[in-house]
Amino acid sequence: MCTTCGCSEFEGATVSNLDTGEVASLASDRQNHGRLRESSKHRHLRSDDPGHPHEHSSDHSHTHDHGHPHGHDHVHGGEGAGDQHSHTHEHRSREADPNGPPGSVPPDGLRGAVGAMSALRKDHTPELISLEARILEKNDRLAERNRRWFRSRNICALNIVSSPGSGKTTLLTRTIRDRGAGAEMTVIEGDQATVNDARRIQEAGGRAVQINTGSGCHLEAEMVARGLLELAPGAGSYVLIENVGNLVCPALFDLGEQAKVAVLSVTEGTDKPAKYPHMFRAASLMIVNKIDLAPYVDFDVNTCIALAREVNPHIEVIQVSATRGDGLDRWYSWLQKQQRGQSGEARS
Amino acid sequence: MHELGITRNIVSICGERAGGRRVSRVQLEIGRLSAVMPDAIRFCFDVVSQGSVVEGARLEIIEVAGLGRCRGCGASIALASSSRRCPVCQSLDVELLAGDELTIKEMETV
Repeated sequence: MCTTCGCSEFEGATVSNLDTGEVASLASDRQNHGRLRESSKHRHLRSDDPGHPHEHSSDHSHTHDHGHPHGHDHVHGGEGAGDQHSHTHEHRSREADPNGPPGSVPPDGLRGAVGAMSALRKDHTPELISLEARILEKNDRLAERNRRWFRSRNICALNIVSSPGSGKTTLLTRTIRDRGAGAEMTVIEGDQATVNDARRIQEAGGRAVQINTGSGCHLEAEMVARGLLELAPGAGSYVLIENVGNLVCPALFDLGEQAKVAVLSVTEGTDKPAKYPHMFRAASLMIVNKIDLAPYVDFDVNTCIALAREVNPHIEVIQVSATRGDGLDRWYSWLQKQQRGQSGEARS
Repeated sequence: MHELGITRNIVSICGERAGGRRVSRVQLEIGRLSAVMPDAIRFCFDVVSQGSVVEGARLEIIEVAGLGRCRGCGASIALASSSRRCPVCQSLDVELLAGDELTIKEMETV
């Protein structure tokens, strides 16, 4: 684990900068130690100096979560006579590696998390430790750092959530083409795989980075921070974060956004807000998309809105067709109102 | 399956606080409105804790029922995850008192 930020393990997760063509791994060296030694440098967003990320190698916080015997010799018995040999394996663990890089010893508080079993302290009597620790504390802390950074630059950041296929990307490409936000708008795209969506944003004339979460089903605050480093959004701009299509997990993970926007299309079920109450409770705005298809499908807009207000009496609702253009002026007004809210908040 | 990542957080936090000692018991509090499934956490816990100081620890999960108070009429309400409408006065202005917990209460080391 990185001792600067507490980076966690994002198995197989990457961030792709389509402008530079660079693809970086978001996974910590926990899963990749020994393979990513040379390449797993990562950078941090600093709230005081976002334009000048610092960079450090992951070697300094190399994590072992399994106990190896160290420096052992062993003998391979081959088929033929005389081909026995011995060699030494070096398993570098912070507890047992006096030659490790200077930064390789973690703060004491982290030792327990990563210590090899052989290094356990045995001089203690059983102890009850009261923790009262919030399990998502780390993500919340990183999200708050993102939020401070957005505020310091008057950036309006929105977390766009929905099921797969509701039309989030189409809504964003249309917004970029129409210049509906009235200011620069950059996009952080989250998907399990492919850079297709970031490419669509680029083709619409926008700037985007693609985060592929690999096995992950949602974006986390740290991934967004990494995306921001690549995007370097300007002051007073918009950052729209298109989350992984999923109405469950993204509700739990704060990204530092100003508001969540839940997109629902009429080709989905009318009762979706009742089925996924967490998400609709967490959202400030529900966009009912593909409204041009409403006459052809079994979808009752009024019932859907009533169900959304049942779980969230304060949710705003805008009905749009991102392809045909219906209702987009209201969406653009809402966006601009958010930016003014951000500026007001930042001034106060 | 966000429970996998959440379980990693649990093991990591316990390990950090254990100060190098073996953890023998971990007690969590998971609210029924937290969108986290205790069974999925149990499933992940053994796998995720392997090789850490938390390996082999007994996992206890206290499930907390949803509870709210109506700001309109003051009634105490048992909350399910969907609607939070007050059954007495029909108000939707209901304050959540319990049910969204997602915490590590305590642990024991040996």
